[in-house]
Amino acid sequence: MWIYEKKLQYPVRVSKCCPRTAKYLVEQYGGADGELSAALRYLNQRYTIPDKVVGLLTDIGTEEFAHLEMIATMIYKLTKDATPQQLQEAGLGEHYANHDSALYYNNAAGVPWTAAYIASKGDPLADLYEDIAAEEKARATYQWIIDMTDDVDLQDSLKFLREREIVHAMRFKEAVEIIKADRDTKKIY
Amino acid sequence: MNKKLDANYYSKLLELQQLDFALVELTLYLDTHPNDLQAIQQFNQLAQQRQQCAHQFEMQYGPLLQFGHSYSKYPWQWIETPWPWQV
Repeated sequence: MWIYEKKLQYPVRVSKCCPRTAKYLVEQYGGADGELSAALRYLNQRYTIPDKVVGLLTDIGTEEFAHLEMIATMIYKLTKDATPQQLQEAGLGEHYANHDSALYYNNAAGVPWTAAYIASKGDPLADLYEDIAAEEKARATYQWIIDMTDDVDLQDSLKFLREREIVHAMRFKEAVEIIKADRDTKKIY
Repeated sequence: MNKKLDANYYSKLLELQQLDFALVELTLYLDTHPNDLQAIQQFNQLAQQRQQCAHQFEMQYGPLLQFGHSYSKYPWQWIETPWPWQV
């Protein structure tokens, strides 16, 4: 079971209304390497992964939901004061026509989120390598978005998320070693 | 309904976020290094500190958790603003 905590994992501040940045940030909301995909990917893999790494997948998967909420907060704050005209100029006219200013799980190009973004192979090493790649791809996306904005407050929160991707990738690499060591022990036996 | 969010609110919240960050980091670390005694000691110490910090925050600004993990004054405080994206 999960318990919701009424606070963000890390403060999210934006210094100006900027629907264009929000449009790009949606990539990390409902995109292939976004936080929703990450959370669902890890939590779904738990049932067939060896016991030794279930704790890690549970905790990282849970942290991803906290990141999803941070992204949602950024998008909300960047767009809440935007006029339809401003949304249109930022390339969000199509979004506005369908959703008003509501959030939606799609990527920056407007493609709805799909379960096809998630791999679940049942092979522990294949799944963990998938997870490492996902973290590295998310890290890269955060970097591209940081490069595209001059909002230093927003950059601060995005840098936090970028660093979390690095830590998660590192932990997953350790999990790979744990699985390998375990497998080798069993072979010797 | 809308509580006054003073400077103290933000500094207490940040303090809690800082403690929680250390705890998340230690949790993930311990998930792959379960035999690090020193890290476990640090984890338990911070967990205690975190409990006190969260308690103080909740007394002033209302419950952080629900389903019975936080207490409420009258009327039911959980539904009060601000929600995390509103601060």
